[in-house]
Amino acid sequence: MAGSRMKLELCRVAQGRSRLGVLTGLGRTSQQSLDVPGCLLYTHFGTVPHLTQDTLHTVSNLPAVTQVTLSHIAEHQEVLEEFKDGFRKFAGLHDTVLYCSLHDPAVLCPTGYTTNKTVSVWGSGGRMELTVAKFMALQKTVQPDWYQSMADGETWQSNTSRKRVRKSVDRTLTHLDECLLVHQNSQELEGVEVFGVVEGGDILEERVRSARETAKRPVAGFCLDGFQSGSMDQALKTQLISAVIKELPEDKPRLLQGVGRPDEVLACVEAGVDLFEGFFPFQVTERGCALCFDFDVSLDPERAVLKLNDDQKDTVGETQQNGDPCLDQTQMTSFEINLNDKRYHDDFRPLVEGCGCYCCKNHQRAYLHHLLVTNELLAGVLLMIHNTAHYHGFFGALREALASEKLDVLKRQVIRQRD
Amino acid sequence: MVKWLNVDWPTRLSTAAASRYAQNNMAAVVERGTVANNTQVDQMSLKKAVSAASPLTLRIVAECSVTKARACDLILPHSAVSTPVFMPVGTQGTLKGITVDQLEGLGCQICLGNTYHLGMRPGPELITKANGLHGFMNWKNNLLTDSGGFQMVSLVELSEVTEEGVKFKSPYDGKEIHLSPEKSISIQNSLGSDIMMQLDDVVSSTVTGPRVEEAMHRSIRWLDRCIAANGNPDKQNLFAIIQGGLNAELRKACLDEMTKRDVPGFAIGGLSGGEEKDDFWRMVTLSTDHLPREKPRYLMGVGYAVDLVVCVALGCDMFDCVFPTRTARFGSALVPWGSLQVKHKQYAKDFRPIDPDCQCPTCKRHSRAYLHALFKTDTAAMHHITIHNVAYQLTLMRSVRQSIIEGRFPEFIRTFMKRMFESPDQYPRWAVDALASVHVTLE
Repeated sequence: MAGSRMKLELCRVAQGRSRLGVLTGLGRTSQQSLDVPGCLLYTHFGTVPHLTQDTLHTVSNLPAVTQVTLSHIAEHQEVLEEFKDGFRKFAGLHDTVLYCSLHDPAVLCPTGYTTNKTVSVWGSGGRMELTVAKFMALQKTVQPDWYQSMADGETWQSNTSRKRVRKSVDRTLTHLDECLLVHQNSQELEGVEVFGVVEGGDILEERVRSARETAKRPVAGFCLDGFQSGSMDQALKTQLISAVIKELPEDKPRLLQGVGRPDEVLACVEAGVDLFEGFFPFQVTERGCALCFDFDVSLDPERAVLKLNDDQKDTVGETQQNGDPCLDQTQMTSFEINLNDKRYHDDFRPLVEGCGCYCCKNHQRAYLHHLLVTNELLAGVLLMIHNTAHYHGFFGALREALASEKLDVLKRQVIRQRD
Repeated sequence: MVKWLNVDWPTRLSTAAASRYAQNNMAAVVERGTVANNTQVDQMSLKKAVSAASPLTLRIVAECSVTKARACDLILPHSAVSTPVFMPVGTQGTLKGITVDQLEGLGCQICLGNTYHLGMRPGPELITKANGLHGFMNWKNNLLTDSGGFQMVSLVELSEVTEEGVKFKSPYDGKEIHLSPEKSISIQNSLGSDIMMQLDDVVSSTVTGPRVEEAMHRSIRWLDRCIAANGNPDKQNLFAIIQGGLNAELRKACLDEMTKRDVPGFAIGGLSGGEEKDDFWRMVTLSTDHLPREKPRYLMGVGYAVDLVVCVALGCDMFDCVFPTRTARFGSALVPWGSLQVKHKQYAKDFRPIDPDCQCPTCKRHSRAYLHALFKTDTAAMHHITIHNVAYQLTLMRSVRQSIIEGRFPEFIRTFMKRMFESPDQYPRWAVDALASVHVTLE
């Protein structure tokens, strides 16, 4: 494999854990970069859900890296092979850096289909089984800038047996070695980076083992898998992530899969995670909700409390997730308002006061409520614009907070809105 | 840009500005309307003549010397509209999946909202609070609202017509709604549309017998009630709708009566249902023969490309139809040679855009193959096709208009038909006949 051009330049490491910096050397020309901690742009087959280029580009703070997943792409392998010029060109994504993951982070897969040699993905036509050979053939066709190695992550369910967890670690390492072998011998993948995947379920020893072993391989960075569902409480998650990160080199990025809630993001950044998948705004959109949590740490404490009281009036009485972990990722959180609710039918304020997104500049809650009640497609478009802008705004604020040593303030503010 | 008296004026004119230009250039502006015999309507016209500004001015820019086609500038309160014009339909205060910015970016100057649907959800009181439908959906150009009349046909199982009005049973909650001419106009006054349609007694074009005549006469009586009920004549234009089914005598009777009323424009209604195309075009051309030249003619429910081109030749200025936007959501892309079913297997590996000559955002960036695949994964696929189809319709109308202005509309028609059909024996009989009636011979 050609010398890794992806480089993590850290400018700050707080309390030996949370890192602030830039991931450079990205893309075909190695000119692109992604601020860290950061979030990838979540897509369905290269399209941000509901959005065309015009509506997408009303959002100004989009990350430079677009995520696509094999679960959407695998069934189109033949078409892409005939196209020859790679997925980015096929999808009309001109400038973006392309990262290819295995699964769609917004959807939990059915379990029980993984074997020693294969993993399965689900496309529109049903289940497709991937061997390493097929997995790598897909990568050669997609031609991403970087991808995660094939992995067995089917350990997110609670009460996965120790034996099963051990198997997932072993298989994932084997898959990684096989992928790397093919990668090193593929001209089509020259300059493309590979991330190793750390497994281990909820078992500390297996997590450590997986991390240690994966770190020995020549990978450009690490995906942390198996933390997807709500069945693991945050304390355990943090403990396991910290243990994993202790085994990983400082100078390579860590991407946490399947975690998107703002409070969880903050906890994981504190534990040393650099990158997240940006699927959370999509899930919020699908339930007709709008992100509204405040991440502005520039207000003085008194004004902040007043503002918080105002904001909380919105979320009072709505379905809220309590402190218990919840397996259902479609459950509404207290970081959002539910525009389906009748209370919004004559609320002429924007979704979030002061939000500069296209939706908030042009439309009101009452209109969004009407669109949802009448089942209109525009609801998804407008909510996706707002939720994307808000979420990526949160990541900007997160980096700001790290830079000005206000992470604690941000964390308190976000937690307050959760509880 | 609107070219008017050889000066380029910005296309957006406020009502005040429009009236100022109108007053300053009375000679160049064709005057509206004839004074009616009816005393009540006499008083109406007097009131209108005295009132500050006409909310509609039609300036005929060019007339085809061969057909009955015209190219006009229709000045409405929110902006000027170039005709012939196709008006996309945004039934519930939105064009499905498209933002107002995207719609404006395609050059749309006027689109439709529906009184029946919006009257039910969210209701006129809320829309009034939101500063009218313009304010509610944040649309800066013009709006035309249908009266709810067509729902009498489309929701016929749920409706009952009396002299008073239409009684609907709501499909959402089973409640009964009474839509009278007064109620329809009241809702449309709340919506604040630039053009309002009268409530007409609509029967399906496939219905025959005395019901058709009854509906025609009732529509005239309802027109008068609508005119009387219009609380906003200075800002909102009320159009009459000519009925009479497929019966020439009834149509003519309706035309004779309705043209006595001083309304700013006329629609040709009751067509574009399941009737024979051969009957359809004869009713259209009969109507335009008897509608005043200096008022806009709106043919309701027409949107297929061939229909648009032919009916422009027959003298119509304005059109609306759900077809282009609805068919888009099923993956059907409109092109100069017909349509392309993007979801069909044959496009899975077709790496060309939908139409290589199309300048719309979809065709400039995406291939048929990508859109084909995207239909399996995300709703955005529908939006891409919707954008393309709206662009197609608007571009078609712009080209038609330009050809009329440049005096080459008949050639345009011939080229258009050649492109659309594989050979002359594929040309629809009715279209050949209709065009022949206005002196255009196709090969």
